Amino acid sequence: MLSPARHDPAALPRLLLSLLALLLLWPGLQLSELNPAVLLEPNNAANMGGFLADFWPPAHDREFLSLLGRATLETLAIATAGMALALLIALPAALLASRALSLSAVHRGGRPAWWARLARWPVRSLLIVLRSVPEIVWALLFVRAVGLGPTAGVLAIAITYAGMLGKVYGEIFESQDPRPGHALMVAGSGRLQAFAYGILPSASAEMLSYKVYRWECAIRASVVMGFVGAGGLGQQIDLSMRMFAGGEVASMLLTFLALVLLADQISRLLRTRLL
Amino acid sequence: MSLRLSGVGLTHANGQAALCAIDLEVRQGERLAIIGPSGAGKTSLLRLLATALPPSNGRLELLGQAPWSLSTRARQRLRARIGLIHQAPPLPPRQRVVTSVLAGKLGQWSLARGLLNLLYPLDIPGAREALARLDLADKLFQRCDQLSGGQLQRVGIARVLYQAPELILADEPVSAMDPVLAGHTLSVLNEEASRRGMTLLASLHAVELALAHFPRIVGIRDGRILFDLPPAQISPALLDALYANEQLQPLPASPPPAPVCIQIPRC
Repeated sequence: MLSPARHDPAALPRLLLSLLALLLLWPGLQLSELNPAVLLEPNNAANMGGFLADFWPPAHDREFLSLLGRATLETLAIATAGMALALLIALPAALLASRALSLSAVHRGGRPAWWARLARWPVRSLLIVLRSVPEIVWALLFVRAVGLGPTAGVLAIAITYAGMLGKVYGEIFESQDPRPGHALMVAGSGRLQAFAYGILPSASAEMLSYKVYRWECAIRASVVMGFVGAGGLGQQIDLSMRMFAGGEVASMLLTFLALVLLADQISRLLRTRLL
Repeated sequence: MSLRLSGVGLTHANGQAALCAIDLEVRQGERLAIIGPSGAGKTSLLRLLATALPPSNGRLELLGQAPWSLSTRARQRLRARIGLIHQAPPLPPRQRVVTSVLAGKLGQWSLARGLLNLLYPLDIPGAREALARLDLADKLFQRCDQLSGGQLQRVGIARVLYQAPELILADEPVSAMDPVLAGHTLSVLNEEASRRGMTLLASLHAVELALAHFPRIVGIRDGRILFDLPPAQISPALLDALYANEQLQPLPASPPPAPVCIQIPRC
C-alpha cells in the first residue's frame, strides 16, 4: 500500500515545463538578434573598454562640482514639484474613482447604486489615459510648448504620476475595512469626514510609502527626461556624453546612485516610523 | 413619538427573511430591551432603525420623519440625531481614543471643523467627560489597538454619549464585559438616557440584565415580536418559549468513547 515511490512524481512535469519554456523563448532570442558572443570580439571589447576607461577618474574640479550640484538640486526639484502636483490631481481623482466615499453603498451592503458605479468610469478612464502615455512623450510634448528646461519635466511627471498615484490610491482606499467609514456615515457625517476619520487612519501609512517610492521613480524618470531637454542631471549627462567627457558622466552616475540610496533610506525610515 | 414601525419586513439580498410584519411604537424617552435567541433578527431590527438598511416593506417613521423618502442631505441630518452602538465598534486600529470619541459629533460639525479636529482635538474636555462616565478617562490618548474588547465597547458607548443623539440604539453593548462591569455600564447608559431624555433601545443576550435595567422588554423570535411586556409580567414559561430550540441535538448520555491511540512513527 505505502510502497515508497522510487522517482519524484513531480520530475516529469517539471522537465516538460522547462522544455516548453525553452521552445517558447527560442523565437524571442532570434527576433531580438541577441548574440552575446559579439561582446567578446576583441574589437568591440576594446571599444567598450575605452568608453568605460574614460569614466575614471570621476571629474571633481570645482567648476564642474558647482554645475553638478546645481543639476542635482534641479533634478530633486523637478521630482518633488512634479510629485506635489501629481498628488494634487491624484487625491481628488482617487476619491472620485473609488467607492470609499459612496453614501449609497452604506445601505446596499457595500455596493454603490448603478449610476454611482457608472459615474466612476470617466475618472477612471482619465487616470488610464494619464498613465498609459509614457512620461518621455509628455516631456517631448511640453518641451515644444514651454521650451527647454525643468518646467517641461515637472509637467510631464505631474501628469503621468497623477495617473499612477490616483489608481493606486483608489485601490488602497477600497482595500481598507469599510466599516468605520460606513458607521460614521450612518451617524450622519459627511462623506469627506467619514473618509478622513474612517479610512485615512488605516490607509495613510501605505499611501506615504507608495508616495516615497514614486518619488524615487520620479528622480530616475527626471534623469531620463533630461535627455529630451527637460532639465536636471539628465540634460548634463546627455551633454557630457556628447562631449565624450567620461569622467563627468561617472561623477553624475555616482550622484544619481546617492540620490536613489537617499530615497530608499527615507522610505525605510518612514515605514518603520509609521507602519 | 420617537419611532413607529407598522408592518415592517426585511428580506436580505439572498432572499432570507430577517424580519416580518413588525409593529412597534416607542415614545420619546422610553427605554426598552430587545431579547431573543441568536439569529432572531435583533441586529437586523437595530440596523433598520439606524437607517443602515432600508425596510423591504411596511412603514418606518423615526423622530417624526420617514427616512427613506427624504433627500440624501436631509437623511444625513436625521441620522445625526440617531446614535448606534455597535457590538464590536468599528474603529480604525491606529486612531486615538480621543479622536474616535470626538468623531461622534461629525454629523453636527462643519467639514472645516471636522478636518481641523483631526489635526488638533478641539474638545478634549468633552471627550474626557464622556469617557470618565465609563471609567476610561485615563485611556484618552491611547490608540484603539491598545484596548481590550470590553474597553473598545465602552469607547463606542462614549462616542454615542458624546454625539448626544435623541435616539440611542445599542446592539449587544456589553457583550464583551464581565458581569459586574456589564451591569454597571448598562446602568450608566440608562442613567444618561433618562437624565437627558433620550430614547434607548438595547438588544441584550443576558436576560437577567434586561429584566433588571429596562422597564419594557420586547421578545423577538424568527423575525417576529413574540411579546412586549414590562419585566414583572415576564414568566419563565414565556422565556422558555422565546428561547426554545428544536434544532439542538440532545447531548449523548453514554460516556465518551475510550481515547484512540494513534501510533505516529518518528523518522
